[in-house]
Amino acid sequence: MNILVYLEERNGQIRKPSVEAIEAAKSIGATAIFGVVVTSNATALVSEAVTRSGVSKVYVIEDARFGNYSSRATGKAIAEAAKFSNAEVVLVSATGRGKDLAPRVAVRLSAGYVPDVTSFVHDGGKLVAVHPVYAGKANTYVEVTTPTKVYSTRPNLWKASKELSDVATIENLSVNFDEKDFAEKTTELTLSQGKLDVAEADSIVTGGRGMKGPENWGLIEGLASILGAATGASRAVVDAGWRPHSEQVGQTGKTVSPTLYVAVGVSGAIQHLAGMSSSKTIVAINKDINAPIFSVCDYGIVGDAFEILPLLTEEVKKIKQ
Amino acid sequence: MKIIVCVSHVPDTTTKINLTADAKQVDAAGVKFILNPYDEFAVEEALRLKEKNGGEVIAISVGSDTSKEAIRQALAMGADKGILVKGEKSDSFSVAEMLASAISPLGADIILLGKQSIDSDGMMVASMLSELLDLPAASVVVGLTIDGTTVRAEKEVEGGKEIISMSLPCIISAQKGLNEPRYPSLPNIMKAKSKPIEEIAGSAAPSRTLVVKMDKPDKKRIGKIIKVEGNASASTAELAKLLHEEAKVI
Repeated sequence: MNILVYLEERNGQIRKPSVEAIEAAKSIGATAIFGVVVTSNATALVSEAVTRSGVSKVYVIEDARFGNYSSRATGKAIAEAAKFSNAEVVLVSATGRGKDLAPRVAVRLSAGYVPDVTSFVHDGGKLVAVHPVYAGKANTYVEVTTPTKVYSTRPNLWKASKELSDVATIENLSVNFDEKDFAEKTTELTLSQGKLDVAEADSIVTGGRGMKGPENWGLIEGLASILGAATGASRAVVDAGWRPHSEQVGQTGKTVSPTLYVAVGVSGAIQHLAGMSSSKTIVAINKDINAPIFSVCDYGIVGDAFEILPLLTEEVKKIKQ
Repeated sequence: MKIIVCVSHVPDTTTKINLTADAKQVDAAGVKFILNPYDEFAVEEALRLKEKNGGEVIAISVGSDTSKEAIRQALAMGADKGILVKGEKSDSFSVAEMLASAISPLGADIILLGKQSIDSDGMMVASMLSELLDLPAASVVVGLTIDGTTVRAEKEVEGGKEIISMSLPCIISAQKGLNEPRYPSLPNIMKAKSKPIEEIAGSAAPSRTLVVKMDKPDKKRIGKIIKVEGNASASTAELAKLLHEEAKVI
């Protein structure tokens, strides 16, 4: 089985979730893994792509118009590479862009598509993808019944290999783009300086209503900074306008699966638990011993967050030194 | 301006999910359904566009008769009429195809929908519609400005925002933060009951995916609870030690 992995670019580099998708391809059991890069300037990107362990060929689609990212044209490019390489499986990481690209590729290939896959299992020779639904309250096990299959893989679940190799060959593909393919373009990308996104972070410290007000977020940020974690927020906190929606964890926010999830002053409503229950280790800090969050945590501490957070930050600092 | 808004009918976020006996779907018995929360932002944006530019707002949904409730909700917020596309929601690709074939003859200037349904969590219908209808699209939009036929959409991405430029007609999928949806007023709820809902049969290719089974996650948790009884620093030190030595996460 040939598997094609889309290698997404940001600031001239291949993004980590795409490298993780290569590992997902290995977990499926590929005969050959191909990468595809779609870019306005191939040089730097391709020299990085060919070093990725497990990739035997990198397809390069270069066009000056990709100086402004365009989702339709990129989707077309990936679909063309899939046809050209006889890929049976196309993997795209379920990043902001990936979640928009993968369905486009599926339509162009008339292929069945499973979004946001958390693992693959083999069931009597059939490839079955696990896709959490209802923000993780349940899992669906989905088989794609078309010859070509498209999946997006959830970031943070496969470990990106640090191993490098240089066996991959490079093949330039020319794709006939119409002006229409570039009908929408991304003219600007602004990233908040040095801010980790909850959906991609390896650790998250989330504050809830128990933090009493936005002025107290310094305590959350203090612990997050020592842990190298992103800051998250409960729905109550976002609805109250204390924190931006981009930080919201839960059914109407983001579903996250970090290694460490620390919930501070979060009671643990069903819709919140749904969004974070696949985290590896869950720590809860709450005054109320009856808070539902304690029923899903690995470690809980019943006490005053305002007293515990500075102490915990100090303790972690000691360990890190 | 002809404004189309796609809506879906989903279990409330407070719902506990139970599976049917064959574990192939969610048991709908006793479940309270609501208009998909992200679709509320799409309906609100549609109504604001109509208020500014004139025209009409058509709410469209795929499903069985029960999906009419989502349409009624949109009508109660202020949409003018509804279309129910009757069909099986077995695969989101089929849903996108049914929507596309229903929307195609309408000559829409703009098509709005929520960024995802909170049941199937697929986030794929907007992008599929873009390909099927051959129209530009921006997904996960938190800000929208339309000037003549020029569209500027702010899309939320990891750690920041992108600005997407395109022209009408186009497709927009709404993210929380785009606007503050209105509550339907009582007179509007009454009025919605007499607004027309046209029913058409959906057409789509056979489902391309098959749900083999479903289950509920049952990850075992350690559940070690430390109570601070007068000595917060000792309790905190204990927690840090557990995280370092037992869980090995710091």
